[in-house]
Amino acid sequence: MAVVSTIVFLAVLVLLVVNSPGWEDVKRQFFDWAEFREALPEILSAFGTNVRIFCIAEVFILVFALVLAVLRSLPGPVFFPLRALAIVYADLFRGIPTILVIYILGFGVPALQLSGVPTSELFWGTVGLVLVYSAYVSEVYRAGIESVHPSQEAAARSLGLSRTQSLRYVILPQAVRRVIPPLLNDFIGLQKDTALIALLGVVEAFRQSQIDVAATFNYTPYLATALLFVLITIPLARFTDWLVARDRRRSQAARLAG
Amino acid sequence: MSTTSEALLLEGVRKSFGKLEVLRGIDLAVAEHEVVCLIGASGSGKSTLLRCVNLLESIDEGRIVVEGEEITARGVDVNRIRRRIGIVFQSFNLFPHMSVLRNITLAPVKALGVSRAQAQHDAEELLERFGLLDKRDEYPDRLSGGQQQRVAIVRALATKPGLMLFDEVTSALDPELIAEVLNVIRELAAGGMTMVIATHEMGFARDIASRVCFLDAGVILEEGPPEEIFTAPRQPRTQQFLQRIVEAGRL
Repeated sequence: MAVVSTIVFLAVLVLLVVNSPGWEDVKRQFFDWAEFREALPEILSAFGTNVRIFCIAEVFILVFALVLAVLRSLPGPVFFPLRALAIVYADLFRGIPTILVIYILGFGVPALQLSGVPTSELFWGTVGLVLVYSAYVSEVYRAGIESVHPSQEAAARSLGLSRTQSLRYVILPQAVRRVIPPLLNDFIGLQKDTALIALLGVVEAFRQSQIDVAATFNYTPYLATALLFVLITIPLARFTDWLVARDRRRSQAARLAG
Repeated sequence: MSTTSEALLLEGVRKSFGKLEVLRGIDLAVAEHEVVCLIGASGSGKSTLLRCVNLLESIDEGRIVVEGEEITARGVDVNRIRRRIGIVFQSFNLFPHMSVLRNITLAPVKALGVSRAQAQHDAEELLERFGLLDKRDEYPDRLSGGQQQRVAIVRALATKPGLMLFDEVTSALDPELIAEVLNVIRELAAGGMTMVIATHEMGFARDIASRVCFLDAGVILEEGPPEEIFTAPRQPRTQQFLQRIVEAGRL
């Protein structure tokens, strides 16, 4: 039944779109097959830059955000300055628009011409993404750490494990497991935001498609780029769904067994 | 080190949470190989007392001495102290992301620096002794409550503590699972383990305890051998408490 209804629905939709006035113009401007074939190879190779930015940034974000989250969960008055630092950081970098951070770092820092400091826009753009996303991801980690019941830490400490050991072997493994779906969600956001680095003049997929569009005044290259972003997002999104479903199945099984 | 043979000594221990004074001057001496049962209504301070001995809660006044060493003194290494004192909780608190074997070997390997092979060997020996060896690779979720609690006891024993604390360890269990856990504790008692047991299982306390302490509103109101406390309590509060237990059919 689902198959039939879906086919009927799609057929109606296609007929409506194709028969609507102006469809020919839209098709020419956005869905030009020849343009698509011409632009795709260049965009695809520029897209490699997006993937590289994403992969490198992701590693640094995972580590840096974890450090921030751990700083923020340190107890006692002695650690107040570190906690405060982590809070201010998260407030700041979640508050400033990503594009501003990228502009400030990507144009501002190289302009200082400090010796020994990289001047590559690609480098500073990636740093910008790492700084912004670490603020978000540290909050995700923190939610995970706080979701682990205090009795787990009590049990670990009662066995003679130090605070650091309890965190390392008992709290964090459980916390991270619980926040994998929201973490992946943030990474889908990061994948898209790699396109912001184009604004620094780095030739990645979006910038490349801009160049193509400027040459032909046909928007098909934008669509090609959009397609690439969607294509790498879908596997990650389905993987996230699968993880959530698996966790739900497991906890249900555990409840039924108990 | 003092020459006292006391495994555990509490002197004038007081503890408040905010305005609520939970322990109001506890004096208790536990000799080696002695099994002391703490009884009393919920909120009388049994759990807090045990958590203070394990340094999971800091005390406001008084002192606690374990095997001659004052553990509430300033600058004591709490991790070292805790390794000598095992505690088992009402809600098991096993680590759900680790197999039974890893739950047990974690502290010996990471806190005591025992080799992994040695720790596994010791853990398997303990599991064998308590009939749990076939569960070594299971995760806690897959075990019954009684099995989980027995694993938790094995885990607490793995650092070879000289003193074991039990905090109402059968209160979260289905009635038919209680016996298997109590039998483990009985076996430990037979082996000469020094233990302090907070419990609502009065029949068990009567069987196993060398001494029973009745806690009421943060003080030990009455203590003595089980036959005395359970058959001829002197304090009206103790009589009242035991009367209610009898009425509930729990003794």
